[in-house]
Amino acid sequence: MWVYEKKLEYPVRVDTCNPALAQMILEQFGGADGELAAALRYLTQRYYMPIGEAKAILTDIGTEELAHWEMIATLAWKLVKDAPVTKIKGTPFEAHFADHGRNPFPHNAAGNPFSATYFNAKSDPIADMHENMAAEEKARATYEHLIQLSDDPGVTDTLRFLRQREVVHFQRFGETLELLKEHKERKPFY
Amino acid sequence: MDNKRRNMLEEIQAVGFVLIELNLYLDTHPNDERALREFNTYSQQLKRLRTQYEAQYGPLLNSGLSPSQFPWKWINEPWPWDM
Repeated sequence: MWVYEKKLEYPVRVDTCNPALAQMILEQFGGADGELAAALRYLTQRYYMPIGEAKAILTDIGTEELAHWEMIATLAWKLVKDAPVTKIKGTPFEAHFADHGRNPFPHNAAGNPFSATYFNAKSDPIADMHENMAAEEKARATYEHLIQLSDDPGVTDTLRFLRQREVVHFQRFGETLELLKEHKERKPFY
Repeated sequence: MDNKRRNMLEEIQAVGFVLIELNLYLDTHPNDERALREFNTYSQQLKRLRTQYEAQYGPLLNSGLSPSQFPWKWINEPWPWDM
């Protein structure tokens, strides 16, 4: 089960009202390499894993991704919460507003709804761990694109934090991959 | 949210972050005794900071892991996305 902590993992400051940037940020809320896909990918892959280290890292990184999902929602929410409709009209956020108002919803920057086809669980630890490492690198690249698009210093600070977490997660999954290979190659003695 | 509350919360977030990092590191380095000692020390520190914060601003954890004064304080504003 899970426990909710009534705080964000890292303070999220937003300095401007910017619906267009909110729409781009939603890439990481409901996009292919976003935080929701990451959380569901890792938490779904846990069950068959052959070693405790792999079960632990998938549980703990999967849980941290949910905290990042909440931080992304907070960015998107703070960028539009005080926006008058006149400031939303004509921006890429207008189509989101027509359906969801100012509340975030898991779709990508182009508006495509979230899909479980963004990730997989193969019951093959080597295949899954490679997917996870690739996913972290793709998320890092997305954050670098978003940092280029952001002209809000508070938003940029949060995006930099989240980018750095992808780098750490990649490192931990790489170590887990090595542990899984060692486990696979271990010869049984009788 | 006033500055005092913000500072207390930021301290909890900072120590909490150290613990997230140590937790992930220990998952793949379970035999690193020094890291584990740090993990246990920071866990105690987080517990103290959380207790101080909760006495003034209400529960940080749900499901019975934080006590509440009367009336039920879990419902109090602000929630994290409005802080």
